[in-house]
Amino acid sequence: MQQISKEKFQIVGTRGTEAEKITKPSLSFWKDVSIRFRKNKLAMFGIVLLAILIFMAIFGPYMTKFDYATNDLMNTNKVPSGEHWFGTDDLGRDVFARTWEGARISLLIGVIAAFIDFTIGVIWGGFAGFKGGRTDEFMMRAADVLYGVPYLLLVILLMVVLGQSLGTMILAMTITGWINMSRIVRGQVLSLKSQEYVLASRTLGASLTRIMGKHLIPNTMGPILVTMTLTVPSAIFTESFLSFLGLGLTPPLASWGTMAADGLPALKYYPWRLFFPATFIALTIFAFNVIGDGLRDALDPRLRK
Amino acid sequence: MAKYITRRLIYMLLSLYVIVTATFFLMRLAPGNPFTSEKKLPPEIEAALNEHYGLNEPWYVQYGDYLGRIAQWDFGPSFKYKTRTVNDLINDGFPVSLALGAQAILIAVAIGVVLGVIAALYHNKWQDYGAMIVAVFGISVPSFIMASFLQYIFAIKLGVLPVARWDSFAHTILPSLALASTPMAFIARLTRSSMLEVLANDYIRTAKSKGLSKGVITIKHTIRNALLPVVSYMGPLSAGIITGSFVIERIFGIPGLGSHFVTSIANRDYTVIMGVTVFYSVLLLVSILLVDIAYGLIDPRIKLAGGKKGE
Repeated sequence: MQQISKEKFQIVGTRGTEAEKITKPSLSFWKDVSIRFRKNKLAMFGIVLLAILIFMAIFGPYMTKFDYATNDLMNTNKVPSGEHWFGTDDLGRDVFARTWEGARISLLIGVIAAFIDFTIGVIWGGFAGFKGGRTDEFMMRAADVLYGVPYLLLVILLMVVLGQSLGTMILAMTITGWINMSRIVRGQVLSLKSQEYVLASRTLGASLTRIMGKHLIPNTMGPILVTMTLTVPSAIFTESFLSFLGLGLTPPLASWGTMAADGLPALKYYPWRLFFPATFIALTIFAFNVIGDGLRDALDPRLRK
Repeated sequence: MAKYITRRLIYMLLSLYVIVTATFFLMRLAPGNPFTSEKKLPPEIEAALNEHYGLNEPWYVQYGDYLGRIAQWDFGPSFKYKTRTVNDLINDGFPVSLALGAQAILIAVAIGVVLGVIAALYHNKWQDYGAMIVAVFGISVPSFIMASFLQYIFAIKLGVLPVARWDSFAHTILPSLALASTPMAFIARLTRSSMLEVLANDYIRTAKSKGLSKGVITIKHTIRNALLPVVSYMGPLSAGIITGSFVIERIFGIPGLGSHFVTSIANRDYTVIMGVTVFYSVLLLVSILLVDIAYGLIDPRIKLAGGKKGE
């Protein structure tokens, strides 16, 4: 074995109080989540993609001189070109303008559906979980019965009966959509309500709304956020699915689903009419899914290092 | 166990009752009567038709009749096809849909599990990323878009498989693939995450230290435990397959129950819509119940809620 000469060593001494110092800055829960979320490349890609889609949904229709609803029977089924960037459809309407008009509607449906699910689900689940006992039993059993109703069948039924409009579609989607949210909120509230800080708040005479709004819901926000993020793609999917069955929005309104449904019979000769809406449906669903997954991973305390 | 099943059966019947009642009243609310068409019917004929179909009875009599007939598995006549009953349509179309659905489930489970297992065994290597890219793709692309693109590439551009219809085995390939794509992706992700969870267990390390081969560990110790979440996914899977079949059958021109259903929606054939909805609901609720029971039987660790046995 080789000898190491003593000159190579040096006494540095103890660092005293230095050793006790905490070098890592203390992070709030959400800061920690955001750091982990930002490390997730796929989720960040989803955010960028979504930002682009939202930007185009807002400004896209103004970027072209064509209107989404104006027929131009002289220029039907034109191949994508410098003039019509995404081509035109069978009535000569500009597919680029229609695609972004459709983006507005699809995103709007998704966001509104998620928001309504959130509102009903949080109130129902939060109340059931907080009250507990019989109230809880009754409220959750009612939800169970409704949960057994097949979602898309009910949506189809409602669309057939109530007529095809944006409002009906959102109503149909949210009529059973809130149940999932309420179950998650209830579970969280059940486990949180026995914590000391809730007891302290009750002792101080805080009202139900205050305890819910100030203590319970903010602490449940993680799972709620994940569920909301994943509701949006499922609503967008449902919209396109219904439109595809001919139960969607009525013309001249454009949604990605109706555009895809119109484009399908022309697939053989004018594939771009299906290609553009289909791609954007897939991209949007993709973006929301990876963001939702990323959020779930970032919020999972087991993955914290 | 018996207590659990009874409890579940009661909920199932309640859900079913809600569905039947909802369909009945929704269809009564629906605009127009079943005989509304371009030609105005003479009042005598309309009265006779109403008499024949029992439409002149008060609503509670009709409702009671309807419940009674449903209980006897009789969904009544179709309003549009004068000579056919809803039961005829179901008997005609369902075997086709069942064949398509079974094939799709088989593909989804087989490919999904294999992809998931590969991804987990090669965690964070290119195999993992590859499999998960396929899975994310499958989840993001709705089945009807997948169907159109498969049709475009394999039938129209390459011409290797038939575009539509339902005659030979070759005809079944594209629709089954399209129908299977989304559930396959879900199963792949599910298998992967549960495999990873199982692989982190101590008994896997024990198996490794005993000197068992990788194959034996994977098949005997890991997959068997990792597949449980996949079993519980079978319920939502059947729901997805049923609703997916509506569009897939339409795109590929397959004469199954799904395409009958879509046609009846377009025709506003209310009795068929009601009947098929109830039929599908029964099918779904029963299959979900069966899956849950099977789940409890397969995994003895699971304590079914409501049952005190096994605690």
